[in-house]
Order: sequence, then structure tokens, then C-alpha cells
Amino acid sequence: MLKVENLHAAVDGKEILKGLSLEVPAGEVHAIMGPNGAGKSTLSYVLTGRDGYEVTGGSATLDGEDLLALAPDERAARGVFLSFQYPLEIPGVPALTFIRTALNAQRRARGEGEISAPEFLKLARTKSAELKIDFEMLKRALNVGFSGGEKKRMEILQMAMLSPRFLILDETDSGLDIDALRIVSEGVNALRSPDRAMLVITHYQRLLDYIKPDRVHVLAGGRIVASGGPELALELEKAGYERYEAAA
Amino acid sequence: MNLVAAIAERNAAELPGKRDEDWRWTDLRGLVREAPAPSAPFAGDLPAGRFDALADARKVLVNGGEAVIEIPKGASAVLALRLVGRGPGSHVASAAIRVGANARLTLLETYERDGGTLADATLTIAVAEGAAVERIVLAEDHEDAVSISQAEVTLSPAARFAQTVLASGARRQRLETRVLHPGGKAELRLDGLYLLGDKRHSDQTTVVTHAGAEGLTVQLTKGVVRDQARGVFQGRIVVEEGADRTDAKMGHHGLILSDRAEIDAKPELEIYADDVACAHGNTVGALDDEALFYARQRGIPEDEARALLTEAFVGEVVDRIDHEGAREVVRAWVADRLRA
Ligand SMILES: Nc1ncnc2c1ncn2[C@@H]1O[C@H](COP(=O)(O)OP(=O)(O)OP(=O)(O)O)[C@@H](O)[C@H]1O
Ligand SMILES: [Mg+2]
Repeated sequence: MLKVENLHAAVDGKEILKGLSLEVPAGEVHAIMGPNGAGKSTLSYVLTGRDGYEVTGGSATLDGEDLLALAPDERAARGVFLSFQYPLEIPGVPALTFIRTALNAQRRARGEGEISAPEFLKLARTKSAELKIDFEMLKRALNVGFSGGEKKRMEILQMAMLSPRFLILDETDSGLDIDALRIVSEGVNALRSPDRAMLVITHYQRLLDYIKPDRVHVLAGGRIVASGGPELALELEKAGYERYEAAA
Repeated sequence: MNLVAAIAERNAAELPGKRDEDWRWTDLRGLVREAPAPSAPFAGDLPAGRFDALADARKVLVNGGEAVIEIPKGASAVLALRLVGRGPGSHVASAAIRVGANARLTLLETYERDGGTLADATLTIAVAEGAAVERIVLAEDHEDAVSISQAEVTLSPAARFAQTVLASGARRQRLETRVLHPGGKAELRLDGLYLLGDKRHSDQTTVVTHAGAEGLTVQLTKGVVRDQARGVFQGRIVVEEGADRTDAKMGHHGLILSDRAEIDAKPELEIYADDVACAHGNTVGALDDEALFYARQRGIPEDEARALLTEAFVGEVVDRIDHEGAREVVRAWVADRLRA
């Protein structure tokens, strides 16, 4: 599904990703852990096409298609979704309007018809109930004045409603209370399927107790420096990144 | 000499310009070398006005003229007032509007001036005690018009006056509102919106003078400029001695969508009274790149994302319009302009 090869990327002329390679097959969940500043969020922005993140070498493909050649919205229409580490506020646009606009834009891009208003509302009600989000909140401007944890839940709600194929979760667990962590994880797990894949960026083993990864990678110094099974996360929790930072 | 006299007497040298502090961003003297001949009387048919369907009375002033409008005590009216310029030429129009005690007036005013006009309209609006007026001004002049409007509003205690000025600019366009605020629980809302493209210019100037204690003023103006357009906002609130416990808020927020567009803003508070709550906020900037990326990451194409964020930006001003029918006319007008 996702295949990243020898990826190099720079921000403001400074190289952050330095030959990163990674493969996430369909049906699998991979976790990425690594020290602050290692380039984890940078990887998520490069994969989603944010301005200012300049690819200087290597490749990234989704089902064989060159992701890096596509505009951010084209990537989204192919099913790439990023749950932001720091979700943005969208003043003046009610969450419902925003999500409906996004969903319809994606459907149009894929040559599908727009979703009808009642159908959309039904979807919004079902998904918000599943994620224990007060439906009234969806009438407010997206993320404006929402707490840190509410913003993270709103990311997962958008994900649930857009039902993407390749999901990147950038520290979705940070800022969530204990119950929210469980609810959000259930929401994410509900999207696990043989034709989907996920990249879960986190600092904490705890999230991985809920969202069980098939593989765990260590990103340090702009490269994947170690990969292993779920036990790697437990080992990192004990020993930290010291030996990997030296390697990077 | 005042502007009306300068136009009426075709004395271009007396037009206000750069050297007049209040007009430095709307320089007429430097622009109009020679005042055009008086506009010829207009005999043809006019298309229907934007607000005609909402109004129960209509008044049209073409190429100048005078109107006197009286809303009796306790009455209620929706009035469409059109200030039209047909063909090139200079002219002045005037309207005197008196709203009786406890009466209600929705004034739906439009400016529709052709290219080559140099036109002024002078309005006086007197609002008696307990009366409520909502004034909605839609200025959609030709890009080559020089179009001015000057309104003097006098409020009585316990009156309510709410205004929204919407402007798409002209060669030079200025919509000026001066309000004499008596305090005494009178309430004033002064909002504005300018949406400018090409080389259009629009100036929204307001002066509110709080002369008595316990007055309320809220003001919100927003603007979007692109291409080589230029938006001007000058807002002054004066709280005179004795106008204690005045509560006044002014906000101006501009969005610049291209490198060559420009916004000049001058918000001013002059306070000579005690125990007042006055604040102003002024921001001018570009669309938030991060919000734009966020929307695109969700699958919204760039143009649509820009339009969505821009409409959201100006939506706040539209939402504050009280008259529902007018609000929807304005909403559609705004959407047309932003998606053009
Ligand atoms: N605009 C920028 N200019 C210069 N350096 C930048 C810029 N943006 C990011 N960086 C640098 O890139 C490096 C990688 O940042 P990134 O956000 O990808 O780290 P991260 O692994 O997600 O860290 P964290 O765990 O703290 O979220 C950091 O050293 C950061 O300072
Ligand atoms: Mg990060």
C-alpha cells in the first residue's frame, strides 16, 4: 500500500528527512516512535503535501501511484488522511459544513455523486454518538475554542466520516483523557480492514495497548533506524532512544 | 467649500483631496481634473432594484434630486431607496428621513452609478425616541464611477440604529456615516463590508460622537481585497466630556488576497469621559496558509478552500443583519462576488 523509499526532505533549506524508507502493506498498522524533533511530523506533512516541505530525493507511492506528484486534496481523494498533531481552527465554518464540503469534494473527485443532506446528517449523528461527541458541538465553528482533547476527537470524527484508506495519526493520544483515549482508539480500530493501512505516530506505549500495531519503527535523525514487532515499543519505554540517537 | 458645492458648481479645485486629513486615502482633487458636465435628466426605464421585492415603499433618485421621507410615530415601514446615476456627468442627491417616536424603519439603500459619474448623496436621518432603524446600504457602482455618500444620523435616547454598508468599490467610492449619539440607552450598530477586485477603491468612514452618558456602540467592518484594489476604513469614536459609562467597541479586519492589493485603516478612539468601556481591534492579513492546508488535506480543492475560508471570514458581518430577507439578498450578493 504505502511505499516510501530513500526519502529526503527539507524545511527552510534544512534537511530533516535523510533517506527514510518504510513500507506499510494493506491491512497493517505500523507505529512510529522517536525522539522530539526526529522528523515524525515532517514525514506526515511530506506525505500529505504541505507547502514548504520540499522533497529533495526519494519517492513515496500509494498503491504504486506517485503520491508526491499530487496536490494535497488529490491525495485526500485517494484516501490519505492525516490526524494533525495540532489541529487547526477554522473560524466561521461550522464543523458540519466543513466536513460535508470535504466529503462532497472527495466524492466528486472520485466521480461519485454528492451525499444527500439527510444522509449526511444521519452519518454525522451516528459517528458522533459512537465517539461520544455532543452533536451540538458540530454546529460550532470547527475547533474554535475547543479544548485540546476535543480537537483530537474531532479529528477522529472527521476520519470516521471520510473513511479514508491510508490513515496517519500524529500523536492523536496526546491531550486525551483516559476515557477519550479508549473511545478514540475504538474509533480507529473500527476502521481497521484488509484494504486499509495506518501509520500511528506516538510517544507512548499506552496508545499501542489499544491500537495494536503489526510493526513498530524508530525514527531518529530523519531515518528509520530500527524496526520490530510490538515488543519494540515496550523495550523503548524502558530503555529510551539513547542508543538509536547515537546510531542516527 | 464643501463637497456638495464643489460638485454642484463643477469646481474641481475645491474637491477634497490628499491634503485633507479625512480624505487622504480618497483623493478626489488629484483624480478629477475637471468636473464633468451635469448629468442629463434620465427618461428611460430602470431594471428592478435589488431590494424592491422586500420593500413596501420605493423611492428612486436618478441623476440627483431630493427626497423627504417621514415615518409617523409608531408606524412601521420597509423602504427601498435607490440612488442611481445614468450616463456620465456630475450630480448631487439628497434625502431627509425622519423616523417618529417608537416607529420602525428598514431602509434598504442602493448605489448604482454609471461610469463617468461624479456623484454625491447627502442623507440626514433623524431617529426619535424609542424608534428602531435598520439601514442596509448596498453600493454596487460602476468601476469607473466616482461615487460618494454622506449620511448624518441623529439619534434620540432609547433609539436603536443598526447599519450594514456593503460595497464593491468604484474608481473612487466613499460611504461616510456620522452619528450623533445621545447616550441614554440608545443603541448603535455600525457594520461594514467591502469586497474589492480589479482596480476598485472603496472607503468606509464613520464618526460616532457620544454626547451623553450610557450609550452603546458596536462596530464591525470587514474587507477583502484582491488584484490591485484598495480598501479604506476610517473609524472614529469620540466620547465627549460627560458621556460617562459609554460602552463602545470597534473592530476592523481586512483580508488581502494579492500582493498588489492594499488596505489602509485608521481606527481612532477619543475619550474625554469617565468610566467608559471602549476597545478597538484592527487586523489586516492574508488567508491563513495553515487553515488552507488543513482544508485541502481533507480533500477540498484550493479554490474552493479559499472561497470557503473567505466566505466564513465575511459571514460574521452578514449574519448580524437583522432583516431576514435583506440578509439573504446580501448573502447571495457576497457569494457571487467571492466566487467571481
Ligand atoms: N519551518 C522550520 N524551519 C526550520 N526547522 C524546522 C521547521 N519546521 C520543523 N523544523 C525542524 O524539523 C525537525 C523535525 O520536526 P518534526 O516536527 O518533524 O519533529 P517530530 O519528530 O514530529 O517531533 P515531536 O515528537 O516533538 O512532535 C525539528 O528539529 C524542527 O525544529
Ligand atoms: Mg511531531
